[in-house]
Amino acid sequence: MSAPPGGFAQHLAQLAPPAIGDVDGAMARPSLDALPTLLQPGVPLEALAQRARETTLQRFGRTVRLFAPLYVSNACLSSCTYCGFAKGLDVARRTLTVDEVEVEARTLVDRGFRHLLLVAGEHRLEVSADYLVACLERLRPLVPSLSVETQTWSDDTYARMVASGLEGVVHYQETYDRERYAETHLAGWKRDYDRRLTSTERAAEAGVRRLGIGALLGLSADWRADVRAVAEHAVWLQKRYWRTEVTVSLPRIKPSASGFQPLVPVTDAEYVQALSALRLVAPEAGIVLSTRESAALRDGLVRIAVTTMSAGSSTEPGGYGTPGQAQEQFSISDERSPADVAAMIEAAGYEPVWKDAFTLVDP
Amino acid sequence: MTRRLQSYGRYGQMWLMLVRHAERLSGSYDRGMPHSLPSDQLAPGSDASAPGSDPFVVAGRTYASRLMIGTGKFSSHAVMREALLASAADLVTVALRRVDLDDPGDALLESVPAGMTLLPNTSGAVDASEALRLARLGRAATGTPLVKLEVTPDPRTLAPDPIETLRAAELMVADGFTVLPYCSADPVLCRHLEEAGCATVMPLGAWIGSNRGLRTRDAIEVIVAQAGVPVVVDAGLGVPSDAAEAMEIGADAVLVNTAIAVAGDPVRMARAFALATEAGRLGWRAGRGAQSEVAHASSPLTGFLG
Repeated sequence: MSAPPGGFAQHLAQLAPPAIGDVDGAMARPSLDALPTLLQPGVPLEALAQRARETTLQRFGRTVRLFAPLYVSNACLSSCTYCGFAKGLDVARRTLTVDEVEVEARTLVDRGFRHLLLVAGEHRLEVSADYLVACLERLRPLVPSLSVETQTWSDDTYARMVASGLEGVVHYQETYDRERYAETHLAGWKRDYDRRLTSTERAAEAGVRRLGIGALLGLSADWRADVRAVAEHAVWLQKRYWRTEVTVSLPRIKPSASGFQPLVPVTDAEYVQALSALRLVAPEAGIVLSTRESAALRDGLVRIAVTTMSAGSSTEPGGYGTPGQAQEQFSISDERSPADVAAMIEAAGYEPVWKDAFTLVDP
Repeated sequence: MTRRLQSYGRYGQMWLMLVRHAERLSGSYDRGMPHSLPSDQLAPGSDASAPGSDPFVVAGRTYASRLMIGTGKFSSHAVMREALLASAADLVTVALRRVDLDDPGDALLESVPAGMTLLPNTSGAVDASEALRLARLGRAATGTPLVKLEVTPDPRTLAPDPIETLRAAELMVADGFTVLPYCSADPVLCRHLEEAGCATVMPLGAWIGSNRGLRTRDAIEVIVAQAGVPVVVDAGLGVPSDAAEAMEIGADAVLVNTAIAVAGDPVRMARAFALATEAGRLGWRAGRGAQSEVAHASSPLTGFLG
């Protein structure tokens, strides 16, 4: 049974086809309508990046926020063709106990992190609402900013997690193309496109104050359409939920146990173009870049559009304290330590910000 | 059009004269304006330019500088520290959300030069109760009763929430804080904040971080004329002349962050803002001459008639 289409799903359905216009005009007056033009081949990339840099500096200053993903489980009941955690894959599974989650969190706190993202596969029994609430309650005295990237939930569960100190929820739509979504999400909760898409709205309504959205570039043949949908989604959410901060991310598909190959590779230059254009049309949205991308690319993007980065990440449950016991979700590219990434940010002329939050609920 | 402007101009001048007269009668906050003397009688070298004669007092304490600095957006703690030193600021505001309150050696706090006064702020708070909670955490860790109240539920504009800011101010004053509220440039709201016991009002000059200058000039003029507490223009000042303009129309101080932090040379820009703030202040104290739409010769041709 599918969830009814939500507010943004309707907006997306009514969106006019992309109109390609004059590049100079689009550069002079970047807007959502001009975004398809800014994503075309032939756009002067250096000029676009310079504009993006100016916008990023004014809005976010010379700072980059750092966070770490904390994988709590790779158990999964969904079958997504590109994911190393997909149900049915013969990989080592592990769900951390709440005690083990705390140990991992302490390791990350010792490395400097005060923003943690709890990540899990989609397994509502192993990674239940009660389990996540217990994790949040346990970590709250240690970590001022806690977010989750898990399966989607009901309003009540989001509200329970907010009451337990949750700050942010990350739900990437992966691709906004319904047909391609159906081809790549074969079973489980995540197969329901509309449930997935509306869950961000449910989280906002439940009081979550930071929403993370994104698309997995390379999943659909038309990556430009997905970048446009992400930008439309970000601005739509910002208008509708005015108290809520929106961050966007455009991860590119990486090698994983799934063996999935991207339909169309997105080149580094296209990737920089996409993030620069996204910055100009959604100037208030934080842009998140993970260790999926190479050190060289991350170093360059800090100067252009990125405002939030992970560092020293492990995508395996227990991977910080007891690595090698479970399957990782995907291979990371930037394997530098958090301290090395912070040093790179400083060398680029920016301040690495480890803490930019306060505990929302008294410990 | 000219007639309209003239009529507004006359009205404005009459209105300001009335306000100043009322100030003299009521003995309310002394803005440093030598309004007992016509401006053209102020002798060079009088107290307007004498050092030390123009104290900036907040809640009974005198501060050495009328330029306050915010500490966000700098490229490093070291650059921030150099900029602070160059600004010769006294009050330095630090976002509590950026400080590790459990760490006595927090790097951000350690970078504020000794002798400067820490003004913790509640940036990131979305309502009154959250601002109060954060302020209490900050007071417990830093020991200062000073707090720059910020309640900004809209993460895009970071516009101050007038309703929750007033509510928070009342709660904080009752809890013993010395409250300096960042607020909309709204004369009535500033009246309410003053009545609630705030030590200053801090209306915005333009959207925070926008570097757009003194877009709220008309409202600031009214707030300055009526306020019984220091008026600090906070947010939006983009270049030193913006700070001078705010000071020239009677603001008691300005607070600057983005314009310095993202400047090509933040240290030099900090110094420039310090000079502009001082120049604007002197200009206000000197009292500007009357404006006229036609030329008036500075050496009248008929002067010989006596």
